[in-house]
Amino acid sequence: MQAAEKLVFKTPDVIIDRPTHYCPGCQHGTAHRIVGEVIDELGLADKTIAVASIGCSVFLYNYLNVDAVEAPHGRAPAVATGVKRARPDRTVFTYQGDGDLASIGMAEIMHAANRGERITVIFVNNTVYGMTGGQMAPTTMIGQATTTCPGGRCAEREGLPIKMAEIIGMLGGVVFCERVAVNSVKNIARAKKAVRKAFECQEQGLGFSFVEFLATCPTNWKMSPVDANKRIADELIPYFPLGTIVDRTGGGEDK
Amino acid sequence: MAPERVFIKGNEAIAQGALDAGCRCFFGYPITPQNDIPEFLSKALPEAGGEFVQAESEVAAANMLLGAAATGVRCMTSSSSPGMSLKQEAISYMAGSELPAVVVNMNRGGPGLGDIGPAQGDYYQSTRGGGHGDYRLLVLAPATCQEAYDLVIEAFALAFRYRNPVLILGDAILGQMKEPIARRESVTYDDASGGWHLDGNAGRDKRLIKSLFLDEGALAGQNRHLMAKYAAMRAETRWEAFQTEDAELVVCAYGSIGRIAKSTVRKLRARGLKVGLLRPITLYPFPDAPLLALAGQGKRFLTIEHNCGQMVDDVRLAIRTKADSDFFGVMPGELPNPDDLEGPILKSLEG
Ligand SMILES: Cc1ncc(C[n+]2csc(CCOP(=O)(O)OP(=O)(O)O)c2C)c(N)n1
Ligand code: SF4
Ligand SMILES: [Mg+2]
Repeated sequence: MQAAEKLVFKTPDVIIDRPTHYCPGCQHGTAHRIVGEVIDELGLADKTIAVASIGCSVFLYNYLNVDAVEAPHGRAPAVATGVKRARPDRTVFTYQGDGDLASIGMAEIMHAANRGERITVIFVNNTVYGMTGGQMAPTTMIGQATTTCPGGRCAEREGLPIKMAEIIGMLGGVVFCERVAVNSVKNIARAKKAVRKAFECQEQGLGFSFVEFLATCPTNWKMSPVDANKRIADELIPYFPLGTIVDRTGGGEDK
Repeated sequence: MAPERVFIKGNEAIAQGALDAGCRCFFGYPITPQNDIPEFLSKALPEAGGEFVQAESEVAAANMLLGAAATGVRCMTSSSSPGMSLKQEAISYMAGSELPAVVVNMNRGGPGLGDIGPAQGDYYQSTRGGGHGDYRLLVLAPATCQEAYDLVIEAFALAFRYRNPVLILGDAILGQMKEPIARRESVTYDDASGGWHLDGNAGRDKRLIKSLFLDEGALAGQNRHLMAKYAAMRAETRWEAFQTEDAELVVCAYGSIGRIAKSTVRKLRARGLKVGLLRPITLYPFPDAPLLALAGQGKRFLTIEHNCGQMVDDVRLAIRTKADSDFFGVMPGELPNPDDLEGPILKSLEG
């Protein structure tokens, strides 16, 4: 007889146990898991309505055991506004990529944030359009080669990568805004703390909350998962600094 | 209790109809000639315990509508032609995800920025779905303030019966015209009654509202399902037939033009001329059956529209095995006048 297994790792009930469709080393899965754990720990699973966006995370609803609606590309914050206004007592969050949120959906995210909609936005910045094959995104780094800037992004031609968390942090309705990464155990713990705070902010009816994840896309970066993770620390974090940008959850001014 | 009578503009009648139908959320963006609708509801809806949002664009307004509709509440948006073009993305998603809501278009002159006067240039957009993919909206075209009020109330019922967006197609004439209307008793609507809406999965399996169907055969199945639904909607076909029985010429016109054509027909009848009017009230489903029946009686047809010829295609399709239709168009950018219609009607009558 084998000794009884010791359970050191339990999947929260809200996370559906199924094979992932994400590529090896893709950090969408990590971000999903953190969101799922927070929803579970805060006891929100049976009152949550997720708004999925268009990108590799379009199947978010296959991994989380919550009600969900699929928004057109970039429109998740507007869809979430409609959901929350109709059901103010439910927990409503969007989960959006950088092409979705920072390009086509720029107007919707800015105005939902500025109105202070009582929603939580999880923004996954992997510096490319992952789903459509690795085209340039507004967040693509200078010099980064993609399928639509094969010679590398050029500041004169395409502008500089957009720093969404900083922009969102400037808007009046935003109560909590932080940028996180999941490239190390320490950063994962911080990311979870930020997501938790973002959902708590909504539960307390304080206003709009936003968490930007820096995430890998090994497939379109044409890197191994290990190298992609290293790029987060070496290239992304220096340009997209981690940390709290706005925290008005205490009712006071910024931070 | 006798119904309350109020003297209001067509736009206000639409807003009042939405309120009395139990509409809980409205999402809008300013555009002439429909501004009275959001202005009315920005006050009245919050007072009635509902939500009014002035969105950042028509794109956002329509997507807010999608979100609210997904939770099962009665909700509405309104706009006019250029704004309707922007709403089409969300409307296509709503048709694909089978979400009920009411959308109002107070048609103005086009193409492009056009003008702010009345027109019917959005007939094709309204009756062919409007956005991408194979889908249809149920389209209701009121001609009077009372009818606008009644049809908005009806539109909510139809949207939920078929789980499909319903379009109210009016124009600047209807929106700005003031008439007395009789109000109905307000509807209290149970938004949990459908068993499909999202409100958190307490005590049940999670629900998913989407229009993406990637599994083998799934999208074809969804399209077949939608087509069957649109076929079932044929039961809702409505029209007004005015003095068509003994008419030699049947004028076919909808909305404000239908109303104007009716007064011309009345005038010509007084002179003993055998003309009648068929006014489609549902533009989709289109009243082909009554038109075909009239064609079978050997009548001739003239379609009159405030555009360059759009509904005339549907009239011709309806009667194609028996007859054809003449066409007279009032140009978008020009105001229709009952006297202007007399000449074309007389010409078609002479054959
Ligand atoms: C209106 C519209 N335009 C374009 C697309 C094609 N499209 C699908 S996903 C996507 C970009 C996804 O990139 P991102 O938001 O960064 O998500 P990721 O896949 O990288 O997680 C695009 C452009 C679409 N679905 N709809
Ligand atoms: S393409 Fe990139 S973002 Fe999409 S699943 Fe693969 S690694 Fe993740
Ligand atoms: Mg991306």
